[in-house]
Amino acid sequence: MDKILEVKDLRVSFNTYAGEVKAVRGVSFELSPGETLAFVGESGCGKTVTAKALMRLLQPPFAVIKEGSSVRFEGTEVMDMDKKALRAYRGNDVSMIFQDPMTSLNPTMTCGKQIMESLILHKGLTKEQAREEAIETLRLVKIPDPEKRVDEYPHQMSGGMRQRVMIAIALSCQPKVLIADEPTTALDVTIQAQIIDLLRELRDKLNVAIILVTHDLGVVANFADRIQVMYAGQVVERGTAHEIFYESRHPYTWALLNSVPKLGSEIKQELYSLGGTPPDLLLPLECCPFAARCEYCMPICREKNPAEEKLSATHGCACWLLHPNAPKVKTFQERLAEQK
Amino acid sequence: MAKYILKRLGLMVLTLWAVVTVTFFMMRAIPGDPLAGMARSLPEQTKANYYAKYGLDKPLFEQYLIYLKNMVRGDLGESLQFPGRSVTDTILETSPVSAAVGGIALCIGLILGVGAGILAALQKNKWPDYIVMFIAILGITIPVFVLASLLQYLFAVKLQLLPTSGWGEPKHMVLPVIVLSFSTIATYARYIKSSMLDTLGQDYVLTARAKGLSEFQVVSRHVMRNSLLPAITILAGRIVGIFTGAFVTERMFSIPGIGFYYVSSINNNDYTMILGTTVFYAALFIVVQFIVDFIYTLVDPRIRIVPDKN
Repeated sequence: MDKILEVKDLRVSFNTYAGEVKAVRGVSFELSPGETLAFVGESGCGKTVTAKALMRLLQPPFAVIKEGSSVRFEGTEVMDMDKKALRAYRGNDVSMIFQDPMTSLNPTMTCGKQIMESLILHKGLTKEQAREEAIETLRLVKIPDPEKRVDEYPHQMSGGMRQRVMIAIALSCQPKVLIADEPTTALDVTIQAQIIDLLRELRDKLNVAIILVTHDLGVVANFADRIQVMYAGQVVERGTAHEIFYESRHPYTWALLNSVPKLGSEIKQELYSLGGTPPDLLLPLECCPFAARCEYCMPICREKNPAEEKLSATHGCACWLLHPNAPKVKTFQERLAEQK
Repeated sequence: MAKYILKRLGLMVLTLWAVVTVTFFMMRAIPGDPLAGMARSLPEQTKANYYAKYGLDKPLFEQYLIYLKNMVRGDLGESLQFPGRSVTDTILETSPVSAAVGGIALCIGLILGVGAGILAALQKNKWPDYIVMFIAILGITIPVFVLASLLQYLFAVKLQLLPTSGWGEPKHMVLPVIVLSFSTIATYARYIKSSMLDTLGQDYVLTARAKGLSEFQVVSRHVMRNSLLPAITILAGRIVGIFTGAFVTERMFSIPGIGFYYVSSINNNDYTMILGTTVFYAALFIVVQFIVDFIYTLVDPRIRIVPDKN
């Protein structure tokens, strides 16, 4: 099947007073129609920046997408689009929902108008048609009483409802790709589950491909088809959800998996947390970015960044432990099995 | 809604009463009286007659009650400085003059100030921004009397295009309007700029961009309204400022406005005139504030008054 989105060697830098912060350092991936891909990693590892770069939403001159980066949507190079083409691409082909529904909606415009706006823009509907369509979209995202809600302002709705409105805005023009940037982080746990359920349902109904940005592996587990683990602006491991949860090979992935609370663990047992902080992205990184925090760190890790190794058609991992000469270490899954 | 308006009206009356009371007693606490300037040359009996005529011989508290009673009836008394002229008439005659100059100045100031602020925000850190901010800082720092004298020197003395002062023809209004609008332009340019920049950084602006709206649509539909809202707050002060700011300007250009009389009444201990104009200013401020609050409820859905359920 043809890929809907192909990203090659995406590099994004921020120009700050301190110097150039290389936030995304050569990320490549592909997305098939109707597929769900999750970006996983801790804060500041370039997940959101990558997601925004896909829509060219980063604001120059502060943020710069470097020369040589390529984002192709259905074969068209997004980086070469002129203003007009870019506007037709945004919201129509690819749309995005953001982390905080409390601030992502215009407080002085009714929710209905905010949905109608994209419909009028991209589908050329009249106001009346757009209003009908907006009500239908609100019904689709399960907002009760949409005929009444369409005229309400964001402050009259709860956080969960606002996120539903955001999803309605994003899906109103039936985009092929939906980028969800931590859509549940600002919501409480029961609402989180509802929103994820809604996204799953809409994905199956509308056959939209989803890029889910999150730091919560629990959210990803039964939602994403494929997962890519990001660290310091690079993809350190990628694979199907099964491969990441049961066959992962990167120590960072293991650390992330280890820090998810387990149902069977003893109450008094302290939850694992990975020590240290991600590397300073101002500095050049010649070595493996995870070397300083890795419990399996070898001399070579501090000298050269490992290249990504193919473990299967879908599974890739960038770690020196995969080298034939590296010592054999027990994977997270093997240790977990031993504990039981 | 009606309940809210009634409540506000009650509060407005209360505020006005407080202003009158405080002004009345503070004014009388100042040493001297309307005759202080010529007191030495007047015989005792003449003085006594004078005090009796204006009721100044009565105990202070009684005078206060009489004043309140008359005020409710719309009578603000007779000017002490200009015998025979009622304060109410003076206010009615002079305030339209001030309002004409001030109103034009405010409109020009608002339009130019908001425009300049928007320009500065959209062209941040480019030369239009620098020029606007330079002018804004000049507008805030240069005192009115310096600016007025400079303009008079340049346009009246050197270029001989406009009269230095006077009243009656449109050409008399040009310089005062420039002087008065300058500080409004400066204030609004700075305010709107920071408000716009703040709004441009909001998440919903990103949402709007992600929808595929053009930059013009993003600004006109999502940024403009939200950044102009807070600017309504400072409008109340500016509207009353038409009059207060005009104290100096009206003197410099000899405009027979209310500010002109206010200043001279204070100089002459013209009790009734001081009180009358103060009451007028206070009432104006209170009413304008009410109107501004009301406008707010119309333009910002978040503070719309919830109608009574019954």
